[in-house]
Amino acid sequence: MAHEQHGIYEPKNGFMQWIDVRLPLPRLVYDSFVAYPVPKNLNGWYTFGGILSIMLVVQIITGIVLAMHFAASTQLAFNSVETIMRDVNYGWLIRRIHANGASMFFVAVYIHMFRGMYYGSYKAPREILWILGVIIFLLMMAAAFMGYVLPWGQMSFWGATVITGFFSAIPLIGTGIQELLLGGYAVGNPTLNRFFSLHYLLPFMIAGVVVLHVWALHVTGQSNPTGVEVKNFRKETVPFTPYATLKDALAMVLFFIVFAWFVFYLPDYMGHPDNYIPADPLVTPAHIVPEWYFLPFYAILRAITFNIEIPFTGIVLIDSKLGGVIAMFGSIIVLFFLPWLDTSKVRSARYRPLFRQFFWIFAGVCVALGYLGSRPAEGIYTLLSQIFTAYYFGHFLIILPLLGWKEKPSAIPASIADAVLADKKA
Amino acid sequence: MSANDVKDPNRRDFLYIATGAMGAVGTAAVAWPFIDQMNPSAETRAAGLPVEIDVSSIEAGQSVTIMWRSKPYFIRRLTTKELSEVSKVSLNDLKDPQAADERIGGSEVKDLVIVASNCTHLGCIPKEIENGAEGWKCPCHGSVFDMTGRILRGPAATNLPVPPYVFATANKLIVGTTNPEDA
Ligand code: HEM
Ligand code: FES
Repeated sequence: MAHEQHGIYEPKNGFMQWIDVRLPLPRLVYDSFVAYPVPKNLNGWYTFGGILSIMLVVQIITGIVLAMHFAASTQLAFNSVETIMRDVNYGWLIRRIHANGASMFFVAVYIHMFRGMYYGSYKAPREILWILGVIIFLLMMAAAFMGYVLPWGQMSFWGATVITGFFSAIPLIGTGIQELLLGGYAVGNPTLNRFFSLHYLLPFMIAGVVVLHVWALHVTGQSNPTGVEVKNFRKETVPFTPYATLKDALAMVLFFIVFAWFVFYLPDYMGHPDNYIPADPLVTPAHIVPEWYFLPFYAILRAITFNIEIPFTGIVLIDSKLGGVIAMFGSIIVLFFLPWLDTSKVRSARYRPLFRQFFWIFAGVCVALGYLGSRPAEGIYTLLSQIFTAYYFGHFLIILPLLGWKEKPSAIPASIADAVLADKKA
Repeated sequence: MSANDVKDPNRRDFLYIATGAMGAVGTAAVAWPFIDQMNPSAETRAAGLPVEIDVSSIEAGQSVTIMWRSKPYFIRRLTTKELSEVSKVSLNDLKDPQAADERIGGSEVKDLVIVASNCTHLGCIPKEIENGAEGWKCPCHGSVFDMTGRILRGPAATNLPVPPYVFATANKLIVGTTNPEDA
């Protein structure tokens, strides 16, 4: 697909011409981030991609600096982080940016993903774009999990124990895999060392997938809140620079204000006090919880408290432990299939009155699961987790496929231009 | 295709397949050291030798924690009341049925429970339930085990494993082996 774009790159001087015929990197940048056409009607929810890119850069820069002072050894790690906090010049600032940055990264990615779900951004021809996004999400989760282990506090240690314990649920080979991951019979020094190595690596892998993600985006073009594809390039799009560049920059500034507020005024709000107690393999904290961004998945893990058996025989097919792990991974894997599970031809929730309601119920269920994940696993909390877990899967596997042919969409505008004009009149 | 364009499998096809197969074997042979280096090292494995403990000081109703292979194990001496309670549990009510006396050991009197302290769900350390009829409750996802470490409810699917152990003398317990010579 050859694209129309706003303007053509012309090297300004002899030197740039010299470069252009050897390695046309400036041309690539110009085509991708200056002349690239973006739909006129993008709203604020479309700025989170840019915010995510800058957050990745923030994490990499602060991370490299932390790594200069951090010691990946069970004897030294906790104290080296305290040294960063107390003695290293501005260490407190850099570590707080990194720790809160991880949380803000997830705030942005969740908004970005729900945006995609609301406007149906995953539909043809953007399936690969969406799948690359889910891969980035998985890599982010791995990076954040391993990062949280590094300060070697109580939550670091027990979080690592619980999460690597997932693998022991696999029948027969599970324990072997777990020992392979840990490098020992329990979480220990080899575990900390390899997690540091991988924690350093993963963000660069994420950067690689981000390049593919943006490439796929630039092949299909950006979608927009109407979900109607661009028909008239002159009337319906504007050049990326200055329009999208400045809008993204404004959004970043606003986002950074919130970010800074956490860094300076609530630096430990999103963390857990138990992580300021050095890791102790003999005592599990009374109430162990993961970081907030993992809570919904944690609730799903704990919801499966029953064995799945062949009825009336008592033969266990999937025991409760394996069941919980399958449900938890399944809740993310199902996202890969979203483009095919949603059978509706209409992209945007704007023109899908029923889907719109189910979207908000689903968002509410995710928040509720997050809350339940933070509660102790007993009584009513377990029951509610089970109900909401069932709904979570029901949304993807039953509601979305059925809605596609049951729902009667409202009138879809013929073009983006029509939609914008209609909005103006209203 | 080869210049003389023969349809039947010929010498060249054989060479392609043989080269490909050798390449695959070679890749696997090189990959293995890079995977296996992640497994517990010789140092870690050597630290897994059996450990010895004197159980004479453990009173009834008391428990101690020992470490073997860098993992904790509970040793608990049951009271007579607890012993009668665990034998009353019906096997039909258990997820992982096993008779209580198979899980209780001792050299003269059978009243010692020796079990791994890591919850069989995802590895947290269950806490002893104070003054309750039940034994341990896991703080992580709420699994409850009886006094002998049998799973009663919650996401864990199996009982706390009983490690290999042996009594070298009446009070000298060795965890990590069933051979009294290994101490
Ligand atoms: C995707 C990007 C990244 C995410 C989501 C992330 C996340 C995290 C998290 C959640 C922590 C624990 C913070 C705490 O509680 O103290 C952490 C710690 C750490 N990270 Fe990262 N990180 C990222 C990138 C990097 C990079 C690129 C490096 C190094 C080159 C790095 C180096 C470190 C170090 C040395 C620590 C331990 C010090 C500390 O705990 O503050 N991180 N990371
Ligand atoms: S680790 Fe004990 S219940 Fe999950």
